[in-house]
Amino acid sequence: MRNPLSRTVTEIQPSGIRKFFDIVSEMKDAISLGVGEPDFETPWHIREEGIYSLEKGKTHYTSNAGLKELKEEICHYLKRRFNLDYRPAKEVLVTVGGSEAIDIGLRAMLDPGDEVLIPQPSYVSYLPCVTLAGGTPVVIELKAENDFKLTKQELLDAVTDRTKVLIMPFPNNPTGSIMTREELREIVEVVQEKDIFVISDEIYSELTYGSRHVSIAEFPGMKERTIVINGFSKSYAMTGWRLGYAVGPEPIIEQMIKIHQFAIMCAPTTSQYAAVEALRNGDSDVEMMCEAYDGRRRFLVKALRDMGLDCFEPFGAFYVFPGIQSTGMTSDEFANRLLAEEKLAVVPGTAFGSCGEGFLRISYAYSIENLKIALERMERFVRRHKNTAE
Amino acid sequence: MQKEAGREKLKEAILTAIDKNAKLSAKDLSVMLGYEEEEVAAAVAEMEADSVICGYPTLIDWDKTDRERVTALIEVKVTPQRGQGFDRIAARIYKFDEVESVYLMSGGFDLTVIIDGKSMREVANFVSGKLAPMEAVLSTATHFVLKKYKEHGITLVGEVEDERMLITP
Repeated sequence: MRNPLSRTVTEIQPSGIRKFFDIVSEMKDAISLGVGEPDFETPWHIREEGIYSLEKGKTHYTSNAGLKELKEEICHYLKRRFNLDYRPAKEVLVTVGGSEAIDIGLRAMLDPGDEVLIPQPSYVSYLPCVTLAGGTPVVIELKAENDFKLTKQELLDAVTDRTKVLIMPFPNNPTGSIMTREELREIVEVVQEKDIFVISDEIYSELTYGSRHVSIAEFPGMKERTIVINGFSKSYAMTGWRLGYAVGPEPIIEQMIKIHQFAIMCAPTTSQYAAVEALRNGDSDVEMMCEAYDGRRRFLVKALRDMGLDCFEPFGAFYVFPGIQSTGMTSDEFANRLLAEEKLAVVPGTAFGSCGEGFLRISYAYSIENLKIALERMERFVRRHKNTAE
Repeated sequence: MQKEAGREKLKEAILTAIDKNAKLSAKDLSVMLGYEEEEVAAAVAEMEADSVICGYPTLIDWDKTDRERVTALIEVKVTPQRGQGFDRIAARIYKFDEVESVYLMSGGFDLTVIIDGKSMREVANFVSGKLAPMEAVLSTATHFVLKKYKEHGITLVGEVEDERMLITP
């Protein structure tokens, strides 16, 4: 029998997170700071609207690009929160989570040989999605000394004649790093000068602390060359509803809709009705959750620093990315031993790119009480192993 | 002026945080809110002195214990008194130890009185022996609580389990 498998697919490395998950799930009474989704349940008024839509019999397909009223609400929302101007009819596509938008955005833009710049550490799906879309991923290794922000020089060093797309993963999972307006301006200059396009994954845009998120698409001349990806999972605690969206220039969105209509048909109808309610009446929920995350963030950063770990202050998402070099262990070794000795699961930084070596991703999508218990275990572990390292 | 506004902001942040979790210490709050521990402690002390913070009771689901406890909500119609409105009669009611809460209401009756008693008989005795005979009380309607689903924003029924997978990207 011939090999039934695609070489492209078999050559893709499985996610490092998946590997670690398999180990963790074997350990029955482990506690975890390894989750990449909110601990809050979807606010009830949003769930209730989903239920109501089912009661009314809204159980059919919607149009491929999404419900008209949802697309309109998305445009109002983006204008209200991030000063972005999009037309609901031509420049918006509702997708199955932000993940689908990443995938089809790349597929709509790439030809074989096109290079895509991927700053790492970052979300695990960019690299395989580029490969699956026939492009060539080019990793930019972000540095702890820059608080894991992308610098102009790093970008310039990575650009070639074949560079077509830059992925901008800010606010960042796993580092919690954000890019300010001034920092983005420098990136914009290079992007425009080198004539490259941007896929800006802004799924954590509502979760910034101390300043509002700035979208790269807001800069003059950037809307024409940027796909902004966002969604409902993180901001409204709606991960299980699988709903995201992409906004961008009409010619790109048009091609993305083509892929979406053949592969997916449309995003889940119930989720779309619930999302309309989220955008219309959910601002106070977002504010409440953001305030709660902010308190935990400060708590976690202080606790990790008190343990003697290097930890830059992250101003976005719900992750802290401490350095563990002082323990003399690798990320994998630290995470595995922490799990074995203290039954606490955290994600090794290497799951998000090899430059995550020496770091851990710790999520604060947990109550303060749970964080306290977990941090006690971690403190005990670090104390024990720092001594042996010194 | 600016310092005053900052102090008010801190107080509001403290109240928001401890409204649902009074166990947070001044040290925890100082880290979570980004202030000095002394500042937080001083703000809490000030709010206690001003009776903005009136106490730190614990939310207990007595149904999960062996202790018998009955809660009743009583609608009370009263005659307001000249010069003192409803306050005097309200005081005469809320001073009883059995009385958990008293609210002045708009609408079809005047006072909501919430009573905690050991048994229905104890509550009935209170209503017929103490509350109803008061001169200013025109009528009472007693409703017994059958089940508490939610109190102070916290759901009391059903298990709350973290159903998230232990590790997700």
